Amino acid sequence: MSAAAAFFYLFAGVTIASGFMVIASRNPVASVLFLILAFVNAAGLFVMMGAEFLAMILVVVYVGAVAVLFLFVVMMLDVDFAQLRQGFQQYLPIGALIGAVFLIELLLVVGSWTIDPGLVQAPLGPVASAESVTNTQALGRVLYTDYVFFFQLAGLILLVAMIGAIVLTLRDRPGVKRQNIAVQNARTQTMAVETRKVPSRQGVEV
Amino acid sequence: MTFWEILGTVLLLALKSFVLLALLLVFIAYALLADRKIWAAVQLRRGPNVVGPWGLFQSFADLLKFVLKEPIIPAGANKALFLLAPLVFATLALAAWAVIPLAEGWAIADLNVGITYIFAISSLGVYGVLMGGWASNSKYAFLGALRSAAQMISYEVSLGFVIICVLLCAGSLNLSRIVMAQDTSLGILGWYWLWLFPMFVVFFISALAETNRPPFDLPEAESELVAGYMVEYSSTPYLLFMLGEYVAIMTMCALGTVLFLGGWLSPIPFAPFTWVPGLIWFALKASFLFFMIAMVKAMVPRYRYDQLMRLGWKVFLPLSLVSVVVVAFVLKLTGLAPGA
Repeated sequence: MSAAAAFFYLFAGVTIASGFMVIASRNPVASVLFLILAFVNAAGLFVMMGAEFLAMILVVVYVGAVAVLFLFVVMMLDVDFAQLRQGFQQYLPIGALIGAVFLIELLLVVGSWTIDPGLVQAPLGPVASAESVTNTQALGRVLYTDYVFFFQLAGLILLVAMIGAIVLTLRDRPGVKRQNIAVQNARTQTMAVETRKVPSRQGVEV
Repeated sequence: MTFWEILGTVLLLALKSFVLLALLLVFIAYALLADRKIWAAVQLRRGPNVVGPWGLFQSFADLLKFVLKEPIIPAGANKALFLLAPLVFATLALAAWAVIPLAEGWAIADLNVGITYIFAISSLGVYGVLMGGWASNSKYAFLGALRSAAQMISYEVSLGFVIICVLLCAGSLNLSRIVMAQDTSLGILGWYWLWLFPMFVVFFISALAETNRPPFDLPEAESELVAGYMVEYSSTPYLLFMLGEYVAIMTMCALGTVLFLGGWLSPIPFAPFTWVPGLIWFALKASFLFFMIAMVKAMVPRYRYDQLMRLGWKVFLPLSLVSVVVVAFVLKLTGLAPGA
């Protein structure tokens, strides 16, 4: 067994095991941490396939940003698992049915998967060799040159989604104390401190 | 490749990593001492001066002290996560050094996506903090961890845009190539700190926030949160957290050196100065950045949390985003863009 194969089985094995632990673990925080482990190992698989840029972006975006938010929410919430598991018996038949349907669909699709033999012999168009073009350049060319309009469209859809999320959660709460940095910075000593002469045994009016 | 060739490569890599680790840890031991000495000098104190001549062995005495103390694990803590957190934190901080080119060709792994690798690794560092804060089962630690996570995520965004500005100028994600792109006949004036000066400032301040250094040390804030996410830690686990923090600071110094200060290049590009080994220039530049970070700690009062968030999201994010556009336009219009 070559070193590459050994690493592949290591990464793949840990990915699947931690994927299983995500749903099997009792503690929600542990679940999220296993999810992160699965992401990192998936990044390792990407590296093995030579998709180093994708691997790094997977770590930056999913592990560094998305999963942190998951972890945030899960840590702050007080999830009662006994309550969550109450209806388990009741929903088991429906869940099993849906699972079976998905499994059969997957088997049907994957089972009938064939690659057009013509495609294997003649690749579409000229493909630059791996030495002359790096991962990043190739991805950049596809995203920003060949499919720039689709890319812009995807960006626009995300922007709309973002604005929608902000609009949905925006509420005008009265009585919130807001800090105005400009006002705070404009304060001078004369505005903040008052010096008074205090006559002995008389005091001052405040 | 035969078995022996593979074994040879692995052993060579292990040897390189070990040498780098030893060098880095000794350097950090003295950086820590320098940090305390500079802080003391600003406050007209002497700083550590008892262990060894001028206190030179202070960090090693501290190391012994930490290792020999009793590790205390709180009864209500999640034991596995509690011990895993400092390990994760320190290991990830050290892992970033695999791609940093200390001199020409002196990187353990000269990755094509080196800068993204460092960015990915430093974005993982937040897990050590979050895990430690949550597993401690203490409200101070938890609040510290939440603050720290929010702060690190906020400043990572502007840090990313600053890095993109440099990438646009250098035309590569490879750290060695970024340094070579700064190798012009202008010497120190050709490095990116001058051409991208506002970005250098944003990078420096974001690096402070990213590594939880003062004035952005709100996660630790000893006056309100005791010591933040590390409050329940003692002995070696605490040492690992502290070590990880200083390694992360040195990583930021090294990254600043590579991105803005020309890495291993000599500041004056002719004979007697170019004879000096690149490693020395690199160490000098990184030390200069560390000196600035230490001075900031001594001189600037701590930020308030809302000020911190405002600075990150309302000042640095728009500023760095606009400069990505400006830099791209300037490069395109002047034809200076690499590979154009």
